Amino acid sequence: MAVQDNIAGPPRTAFYNDPVIRGIIYQLVVAGLVIAFLTWIILNTAQNLAAQNKSTGFGFLFETSGFGISFTLIPFDRSSYYWQAFVVGLLNTLLVAVIGIIFATMLGFVLGVARLSSNWLIARCATVYVEVIRNIPLLLQLFFWYFAVLKAMPAVRESFELPLSIFVNQRGIIVPRPLPDFEIFWVAVTAVLALVAAIAMVVWATRVRTKTGHYPAVVSRASRIAGLIVTFGVGYLAISLLGTVVPALSLGPVFPLIGALVLAGISLSPYGRYGRVFIGFAIGWAVANFLLGGMFAGLGEGIIVLGAALVALGIAWTMLSADRRSAATEGKLPLALPVLIVIALPALVYWVTGASLAFEIPVLERFNFAGGLQLVPEMVALVLGLTIYTAAFIAENVRSGIQAVSKGQTEAASSLGLREGDRLRLVVVPQAMRVIIPPLTSQYLNLTKNSSLGAAIGYPELVNVFMGTTLNQTGKAIEVIAITMLVYLTLSLTTSAFMNWYNARVALVER
Amino acid sequence: MSFSFVREQMVEPAPAPVNTAGPIAWARRNLFATPSDSLLTILAIVLLVWAIPPIYGFVMPNFLGGDAVPPGGTVEQCRVETAGACWAYISARMTFFIYGFYPAEEYWRPNLVFALGTLLIIPLAIPRVPFKRTNAILFFVVYPVVCFYLLNGGVLGMPSVPTEQWGGLLVTLIISLVGIICSIPIGILLALGRQSKLPIIKTLCIMFIELWRAVPLITVLFMASVMLPLFMPQGTTVDKLLRALVGVTLFSSAYLAEVVRGGLQALPRGQYEAASSLGLSYWKSMWFIILPQALKHVIPGIVNSFIALFKDTSLVSIVGIFDLLNTVQAASSDIDWSSPTQAITGYLFAGMVFWVFCFAMSRYSIWMERRLDTGHKG
Amino acid sequence: MSDISSNSAEERAINASQMKVSDTDVAIDVVGMHKWYGDFHVLRDIDLKVMRGERIVVAGPSGSGKSTLIRCMNRLEEHQQGQIIVNGTELTADLKRIDEVRREVGMVFQHFNLFPHLTILQNLTLAPIWVRGIPQAEAEATAMHYLERVKIPEQANKFPGQLSGGQQQRVAIARSLCMQPKIMLFDEPTSALDPEMVKEVLEVMISLAEEGMTMICVTHEMGFARQVANRVIFMDQGQIIEQNEPETFFSNPQHERTKLFLSQILH
Repeated sequence: MAVQDNIAGPPRTAFYNDPVIRGIIYQLVVAGLVIAFLTWIILNTAQNLAAQNKSTGFGFLFETSGFGISFTLIPFDRSSYYWQAFVVGLLNTLLVAVIGIIFATMLGFVLGVARLSSNWLIARCATVYVEVIRNIPLLLQLFFWYFAVLKAMPAVRESFELPLSIFVNQRGIIVPRPLPDFEIFWVAVTAVLALVAAIAMVVWATRVRTKTGHYPAVVSRASRIAGLIVTFGVGYLAISLLGTVVPALSLGPVFPLIGALVLAGISLSPYGRYGRVFIGFAIGWAVANFLLGGMFAGLGEGIIVLGAALVALGIAWTMLSADRRSAATEGKLPLALPVLIVIALPALVYWVTGASLAFEIPVLERFNFAGGLQLVPEMVALVLGLTIYTAAFIAENVRSGIQAVSKGQTEAASSLGLREGDRLRLVVVPQAMRVIIPPLTSQYLNLTKNSSLGAAIGYPELVNVFMGTTLNQTGKAIEVIAITMLVYLTLSLTTSAFMNWYNARVALVER
Repeated sequence: MSFSFVREQMVEPAPAPVNTAGPIAWARRNLFATPSDSLLTILAIVLLVWAIPPIYGFVMPNFLGGDAVPPGGTVEQCRVETAGACWAYISARMTFFIYGFYPAEEYWRPNLVFALGTLLIIPLAIPRVPFKRTNAILFFVVYPVVCFYLLNGGVLGMPSVPTEQWGGLLVTLIISLVGIICSIPIGILLALGRQSKLPIIKTLCIMFIELWRAVPLITVLFMASVMLPLFMPQGTTVDKLLRALVGVTLFSSAYLAEVVRGGLQALPRGQYEAASSLGLSYWKSMWFIILPQALKHVIPGIVNSFIALFKDTSLVSIVGIFDLLNTVQAASSDIDWSSPTQAITGYLFAGMVFWVFCFAMSRYSIWMERRLDTGHKG
Repeated sequence: MSDISSNSAEERAINASQMKVSDTDVAIDVVGMHKWYGDFHVLRDIDLKVMRGERIVVAGPSGSGKSTLIRCMNRLEEHQQGQIIVNGTELTADLKRIDEVRREVGMVFQHFNLFPHLTILQNLTLAPIWVRGIPQAEAEATAMHYLERVKIPEQANKFPGQLSGGQQQRVAIARSLCMQPKIMLFDEPTSALDPEMVKEVLEVMISLAEEGMTMICVTHEMGFARQVANRVIFMDQGQIIEQNEPETFFSNPQHERTKLFLSQILH
C-alpha cells in the first residue's frame, strides 16, 4: 500500500458517481417531483373551485352560522358566528377528552394491577376484559352504548331512579344541578389551599423523617388527635348506616353519638383495632346490603341481609389480619392528619361563613324534568365508550411497566428489609413509571383523537360541528379541513414534545 | 468442631405434602392466600354470578337453555317480550352482511376472492412453508389485481358490478387488505427516507409521517372524500371506495413507517457495515440484506398494525361506505325484522366477527414474536 | 479495620481462614427442611447448623438447589417442611419475623440488583433510613465509610449504569453492609463478572471474612473456598452430599458424586 500511495491526490471519479453529488441530485429530483405534484394539485383545485363558483378565504369564519348546537359550554345560538362554532366544537372535544382521560387512567391502572394480581380469579377477569375490549372497534362499542343501551332506556315518565335524585332515561342522565351561592367561592378556595397545605405537610414530614429518622413530633401528636376525630366521625357514620340494615338500631341521633364516642375512646386503648374492625364491619354491611339488594332484587330480603353480613365479616377478618401482620405503626406515615386537614378546613369555612350549597332537584313534570342538569346521551355514550376502550390499552401499558421492573429489584429491596409499602414507593413505582408514562401519553393522545368518533353518534365535537356542519354549509372544504388538522397537529406535537422532555429528564444515566 | 459429613443414602423425591399441591392447595394459594385475597375472590364471584347468567340467557338459544331465537326462527318469536338475541334475523340477512348489495347470482366471484385469499395467506403465515418469495409476490402483487377484475367485472364476459354495490364483510376485508398491501411498500420507503442522511428527503418524510399520525382517521377519510375530487383534473370522478382506500393507505403507511423504522434501528450496525463493505450499492444492500432482516423482526408489529387497520375500517361507515358495521347499522332499520333486540343482536354479531378476526391475529402476532425471540436467544 | 494495603492478598486470605469460629452461638439452624416447587422436590432433608463466624462455601452442579437453599434463609423462597431458625428467630409466614430476619441478614446477588434510578450513595442509605430509621447524615457517613472500605468512595454520586460490573458488585456488598448485618449470603457473586473484575470482588469478601463475618457463599470460585472457607458443602439433587474442611474436601473427597464434580471443575 505504501508504495502505491497516490502522489497526485485522490482518484478522480466521474462526477455522477461522487456520493455527495449523487445525494444532491437525488434531493433535487425528489424536491422537484414533490413541487411538480403539488403544483398539479393546486392547479386542478383552482380550476375545480372556479368551475363551481366557489371562492377561498377565511372570511366565512365571521359569517353567521344559522344552526344550533345541542350541547355547548359557552353561549351559542343561530346568530353566532362560525368561529364561535369552532370554539364550541373544540371545547366539547377537550371536555370529553379530559373526563375520559381521568376515568380511563383510574380504570386502566386498576385493571393493569389486577392483571398482575396473585389472585387467579381477579387476574383472569381483568385479562378477559382487556382481550375482549381491545379486539372490538371503538365505533362499534360507541354504537352499542348509544343505540343499544342509552336509547333503550325507558321513556321520560318511567325513568330509572338512582339514589341522590339521579334519573336515567332516554333523554340522558339528569342530575341535581348545584346552585352555589357566593360564599361557596371561599369554601372552594379553602379546599384548594387545604389540599396544597396537606401535600406540603406530607412532603415536609417525609423530609424530616429522612433527615432525622422519625416524623416530626408535632405531626405525630397532631395526627393522633386527628385520628381520634376521624374515628369519631367515621364511627358516627358507621353506626348510622348500621341503622339502615338493622332498623332496631336507629333510635334517634343519640345512639350513633354515644357509639361514636365509645369507638373513639377504644381507639386510644390497646384494643383500638377492634374498634376499627367494627367500623369496617358496619360500613361494609350497609354498603353490601345496598349493592346486593340492587343486584339480586329477586332474592328474599333475609338472604340479602345475611349475604351482606357474610361479606362484612370477610372485611372485618381482612382488617384484623392486616393489622396483625403490619409492623409497628410508628414507621408509617401519619395519614389521618392530612386527610383531616383537607376535609375539615373547608368544612369549617363552610360553617363559619354560612355558605350554602343548594341543589336544584330535578322534578318530573308533564313532559320532561324541570330543573337539574341534563347530560345528553351522546356525551354519556362517548365518555363511557372512550373510557372503557382506552382503559384496556392503558391497562396493558401499566402491566408491561410493572413487569419491566426486574424481579431482582424487589428481591434486593426485600432482602434489605424494606416493607412492601416502602418497596413499592421507593423502588418499584419510580422505575415502572419511566416505562409507563411515554405510552400513557400516547394513549391520552389517542383518546383525544378518538373523541372525533363522537361525530358518528351526534355529539357536537370539533369534527362534527366544524368539519361536518360548517363545511357542508359553507363549502369551504380546504380551509375547514386545514384548520381542523392544524388543531390536531398542534395537540399531537405538544404531546410529543412533552414526551421527549420527560424521557430526557428521567432517562437512567448510563456510561 | 467437627461437621464432616458424607451422605450414605440418597433421598428419593417425595410427593409434595397434600396441603401444598393439588387442587385444594392451588385454590388456597391462588384464590384465598390472604384474607384480602379471599374477600376479592368472593366479590369477584358475586359480580360474576350477577352478570353471567343474564348474558348467557340473552345470547344462547333455547336448546342450550337460553332465551335467544336460533337461526331459522321467525320474527314473531323475536318480538316476544322475554326473547333474547334474535339470531334468526342475523341468519336471514347474512348474505347482506357478507356481500352487501352484490348481486346474488354473482356471489361466486366474491367467494372465489375469499377462497384465493385464504389459500394464499395460510402458507404465507406458516414460517416453515417454503417458496416464501413466490408466495409473497402472488399475494401482494398478483392477488389484488385478480381480485379487482373479479369483483369489478367487465372482462371475460363477467357483468360489471360497480363498487357502490360492494358491501359488508367483503368491503371490510378489501379495505384492510388493500390498505396494508399498499402501505407496506410506502411505509418502507418512508422509513428509509427518515433514516436517510439527505436533509430534504429526511425532512419531507418526517413531515409526511408526523402529519398523518397526528390527525384522527375520520378527518383523513373526510379529507379524502371531500378534497380528492377537487385535486383531480376537472371532469374526472373518483370512485367513492377508491377515495376511502387512498385515505386509509396514506394513514396506515405513516404508522407502518414507524414500525419499520423500529426494525431498522434494531438491526446491529454491523449489518449495514458488512453490506457496504461487500461493495453493494445502497438499494442492493437494502433489498438483499437489511430489509429482509428488519422486516422479519417487525412482523409482529405489522400484524398489530393490520389489526388496528381492520378495526379502523369501521370508520368508513361515516363517509357512506357499506362495510360490515354499516351494513349492520343499516339493517337495524329493517322493518321486517324489527324487534326490541334487533339492534343489539346486530351489534353483538358484528362484535363477534371483529373479535374473532382480531383475536386470532393477535394470537398469531404473539406466537410470531415468541418464535422470533427464541430464534435469537444466546 | 485491618490495614488493607500492607498485607498481600495471600497473607490476608490466611488471616481470614484462621478467624475463630464460635462453638456455641448458632447463627442459622436448618432442621429437616424440605422444599417443593409444585411437584418437584427441589430441596430434600436439609440439616445444617451454621455457627457464628463460619465461612461456608456451597458448591455443586447447576440445578442442585444451592441458590434455593440460601434464598430460603432470608425467606426469598418459602419452605414447606422443617424449620429454619436465623439468629434465634424461626422463619414462618409471620411478616414481623421475616422483617426481623431480613434486617440482620444481608444478601448479594449474581446480577447486583442495584437500584438504577438512585445514586450510589442513595442506594446505600435507602434501607438504613427507611428500615432502621437512621438520620440521613449518619446514614451517609456510614455509607461513605463502607464505600471507602470497598475502595470506590469517588463514585458516591454516580449512577449504577455508569459503573463497571466489578464496581457495581462492590457497591452491592457495601449496600448490604450498611445495614450492619450479622450474616451475609452471597449468591454466585462473581458469576456475572468479567474475569479481570472477579479478583476485586473476592478481595472484598476476603476482608469481610477477616473481620469475622458469618458468610455463606454459593460460588464456583474454588480458590476462594480453599483459601478462606472453613467448611465446604457439596450439594446435588437438592440434598447435602458431603461437607468437610476445605483441605480434606479437595484432597480426599469421599462420595462418588463429589469426586465426579471435582474432577469436572478442577483440572
